[in-house]
Formats: sequence, C-alpha cells, structure tokens
Amino acid sequence: MSAVLELERLNVRFPLTSGVLHAVRDVSFRVEPREILAIVGESGCGKSMTALAIMNLLHRRAERRVEALRFRGEDIARLPQRKFNRLRGDRMAMIFQEPMTSLNPVYTIGDQLEEVFLRHRAATREDARRRARSLLEKVGIPAPDQRMRQYPHQLSGGLRQRVMIAMALMCEPDLIIADEPTTALDVTIQAQVLALLKRLQAEFEMAMILITHDLGVVARMADRVLVMYAGEIVESGPTRRIFDSPSHPYTQGLLRCLPQLSAADDADARLGTIAGVVPSLVGEVRGCAFANRCPHVVDACRADRVAVAAAAAEHSYRCLIPPERTLANFRETAR
Amino acid sequence: MLTFTIKRLFSALLTLLLISIFTFSLAHLAGDPAIAIAGREASAEDIARIRAHYGFDRPLVQQYLAWCGQALVGDFGRSYHYQQAVSEMLATRLPITLILGISALGFALAISLPLGIVAAIRPNSLIDRISLGLAVVGQAMPTFWFALVMIVVFGLTLRWLPISGNASWQNFVMPTIALGYFATPALMRLTRAGMIDALESDFVRTARAKGLSQTSILFKHALRNVMIPVVSVSAVQCGAMLSGSIVVEQIFALQGIGWLGYDATVRSDLPVVQAITLVIAAFYVLLTLLADLLNAVLDPRIRIG
Repeated sequence: MSAVLELERLNVRFPLTSGVLHAVRDVSFRVEPREILAIVGESGCGKSMTALAIMNLLHRRAERRVEALRFRGEDIARLPQRKFNRLRGDRMAMIFQEPMTSLNPVYTIGDQLEEVFLRHRAATREDARRRARSLLEKVGIPAPDQRMRQYPHQLSGGLRQRVMIAMALMCEPDLIIADEPTTALDVTIQAQVLALLKRLQAEFEMAMILITHDLGVVARMADRVLVMYAGEIVESGPTRRIFDSPSHPYTQGLLRCLPQLSAADDADARLGTIAGVVPSLVGEVRGCAFANRCPHVVDACRADRVAVAAAAAEHSYRCLIPPERTLANFRETAR
Repeated sequence: MLTFTIKRLFSALLTLLLISIFTFSLAHLAGDPAIAIAGREASAEDIARIRAHYGFDRPLVQQYLAWCGQALVGDFGRSYHYQQAVSEMLATRLPITLILGISALGFALAISLPLGIVAAIRPNSLIDRISLGLAVVGQAMPTFWFALVMIVVFGLTLRWLPISGNASWQNFVMPTIALGYFATPALMRLTRAGMIDALESDFVRTARAKGLSQTSILFKHALRNVMIPVVSVSAVQCGAMLSGSIVVEQIFALQGIGWLGYDATVRSDLPVVQAITLVIAAFYVLLTLLADLLNAVLDPRIRIG
C-alpha cells in the first residue's frame, strides 16, 4: 500500500527585518499507513513548523515552499483553501501542545466536538451528538453526557487534552499529527495520555506523526524517528536502529542526555549535555549547522551543505564523518 | 446564571442608593435652597415661609427619605421655574434623548464593528490605514465643532437636513452622527485589537485545523470572544453619550433631557437638576447591568464561576 503522506523538500521561511529566518530547510519524509513516525529535536528545530506547514496552519507571515505534498497519492500542496478544508479535520487531524487554550472558552465541549462531524459528514445533530459521546467514552472521560454540556474552563488540562484527542478522531482520520501532546501535562497524566494515543492509533488504524523533544516518549511510541536540528533532518531511521547505533553526532549527544538507571551504580556518572547553543537561522546557514557544537568537527564540515548518507537500508544521516568513528566514542562515553 | 443576576441586581440597587444620597446632598451643598428660590431681594419672613413651604426646616434625613419615597413613585416635585411636575417634564424629554442615545450607539457600532473586523483580517492594508486615520481624526475632533461643521455643510449649504428641532426623524440624523462619531474610534480599535488577538489564538488555530469555513471561524469562533470587551465598553460609551447629549442637544435645539438639564442648571431649578442627575445615573447603572448580563450570556466563564 502506498504512503499516507509524502513530503518533498519543505522549506519554511520568515522574512524579518534582520534577514530571512530559515525555520525549516529541505525537509522530506513519508509516513506509511498505521505507523507512528516521531519527529524529535530541541525547541526551535522546526519540528512544530513542519507539522503546521503540513496542516497549512502557519502564521500568515510565514512563507511555505514545498516541492510536493502528497496525501494518499494526491498532491495537496497547491489545493485551493476550500478543497483543502475538506481534508483538514476529516482525513487529517491535529492535536496541539496547549490543551488549556486550544478549546474555545465560550462554547460547550459537546458543541466543539459535534461541529467537526457536522462539517465533514452529512449528519444530523443527533448523529453528531452520539458520535461525540462515544468518542468521549473512548478517550476515557467519565460521565460524557455531563461533560458535553460543560465548558473548557470546567475541565482539567488532562481532560481537555482527551477532548482534543476525541475531537481529532471524530471523523476517523487517516493521519493524525500530535504536536507535543503531553508537554503541558503532569507527568502522571502524560503516561496515560500517551498510552491512550497509542491504543487509539492501533484501534483506528491511523498513521501518526508524533512531535516531541522527549526521547523516552520516542522509545515507547514510535516505529520510526526523524531527528531534526536547526531546521533540517539530520538523521532518520527505525527507532530501534536510532537508539542502537545513532550515526549523527547530534543524535548521539541527545541520547547521552538521557538518564540511565544502569549508570546508578556508578556514583560519579554525570548526565550528558551538548555544549554550545543552536546557531542563528537568520540568513544562509553554511556547512553543517551542528559544526560548532560537534566533538568530531573537521574543516570540511564548515565548507558546504552536508549531503545525506545511508547507514543501512532505512537509516540515513547527514554527516561527513563515518559512523564507525563517532559510534565508538559514543558507546564509550554513554556507558 | 440566576445567582449571578441576583448579585448584579443587588449591587446595581446599592449603587443607585448611593447615587440618590449624593444627588440629594447636591442641593443642600449648593447653599440654602430657600434663599435660591426666594431671590436676592426677599425678606427674612419670605425666606422662612418658603423654607416651611418646601419643608427645608425638617431634619436632612427626614427630607431625604421623603424625597426618596416620592421619587420611587415617580414624583420628583415641581419645577421652581416652570411650576410644572418634574415627572411630566421628564416624560416628554426622555424619549427624545433615548432615541438619540440608542441611534448614536447603533451608528457607532455599525461603523466600528465592520471596520474593526476588516482591519483585523488585513492589518496594515489600505482599509486598516483609512480606519486608523478616521479613528485619530474622530478622537481629536471636538463634538461641538464637528456638529457645527455638519450644520454649515448639510444644513445651510446643501440644505439636505433640518438644523434644529425634533419634528421628524431627519432632525435626528446630524445629532446621531455628532454624538455617535465620538464613540466610534474606541470601539473600532477595540474590535480590531480583539479580533487580531482572537485570530492568532490557539482556539482559532484549532478551528482552522478542524477544516471549518472562514465564516464559521470569523463569526462563530472569533467574534463572540471579541464581543465580550466590546459590550462592556459600549455600555461605558453609551453612558458618556448621555452626558455628551447635553452639548449636542443644545447645538441642534433638540429638546431632550440634555437640553432640559442645561436649561435647569442655568436657572438653578433644583428639583429638575436633581431628577435629571438621578435619571441619567440610573440609566448608567442600568446600562452597566445590561452589559454585565449580556457578557454573562456570551461568556460562560462569567456565568459559571
């Protein structure tokens, strides 16, 4: 079966007074049916921008350029707004990071759920109400009838995020994009919401793009991972492979930052950090964006844009240094 | 909602009570009302007789309670100058001011809401610049001057509209514009700012992600949130219009409450001044109450605490 989503060379730019900010640079990937693809990276790496660009939700000053954006084989990059709106909320849906502000404060939960269904289906209000009720049950909200009559401010953050998930699932989309869905929640609620997402993804047979900065979440949820840094994909591959043999020094650095229980016997073990800061994305980035923070940097890194290399069949990375050399060092320092 | 309404009603009544005390004291702070009525030439006996006649010799609290009791049944006493019941005078003048006030607010909203919304959808566009220009000019231009310019242009030069009196609806056109125009800039800028915030809010992004139509996003999701502060400010602006109508009614010889108020003040006609102050204040309280209740309907966060 063909891919649910294929993205080719996405670029997002913001014209600023100080120059052009290159928020997303030449990002390409595909999402297969029923898979969870994680996009991981630190704040400002362009992972949320990529998600918003796919959903056509970028800020009005943002410039989106994309060579191709295919949804189930159909190019939707240049679809008129009206037609795109038929897909959005129906075949592809999104869950946002901020459950506290993502619901409209002046309408009931029920109204906001039913609205999506009424928009995309030839359904009566009664159908929509039944559908909303069953989805609230599915996302584990007790007393759904009562909740539907309530307003967002009467619900906790965890419940609101469950409502957002129910809303995204109203039309059983083929693709769901979850942009840091648990970042704003309590740690105990986080695990519940992630488990819920994973269960529903399997039950509804959806593909999911999960955006996160948390490698723990990636390990638990994702089939494949894209690692983004400074607006571009620096490494991509199956989750297992990325965790076992990370081939880009940035990915290696991220993994070193993960606390490990096995290190507890070594009382002097310190949590890894990546020295330095992310480069400014205003103006053209020359060479490898990670060069200034990279322990393996050589002169050639700063010369030209680094091309993508293949480490294995499904595993590619954007680095000049062969992974054999960087990996040995990673394995030593990470243990 | 019921508890909310009762609470608001109670505080409105309390405000009215305070206003009535204040209004009543005005008369007695201004000096001995008996001397004011009798005139400068009056003898001591005359003044004493007037004092006894109007009951000014009774204790203040007793006078206040008597005045309140009468005001509650619509009796504001008799005008010193016209020797006519104040309530009758109010009954003929009030509708004129109410029509003027309501049409002026309607005019202000009819101009400011669409302009504010369009300006917010396309910030820094030509229409945004023009409406900003209008707002600056509107805020800077004194009402009396604007009214006089209109009289010269539309009344005297073009002869399209009558310049004084209240014989037909045409008499209300220029006063409505003069009074309403002043409230337009504040309402327009508030609508624009609120709409820009709303359109960039997370919940509007959610609405877009749901694939809703532009109409639904603008008018269902954004506008209702924008209207909450607009309703509050409209009530305040409407209150300001009641006082503004004193100037406008004077200029256009529109014989409403404002006109009567000015006339009574000039003549030191205390019962009339007191009644008008009380009525205008009561309207102000009523408007605030209405705005609060309307906002509670619009915003569940107010209704359900």
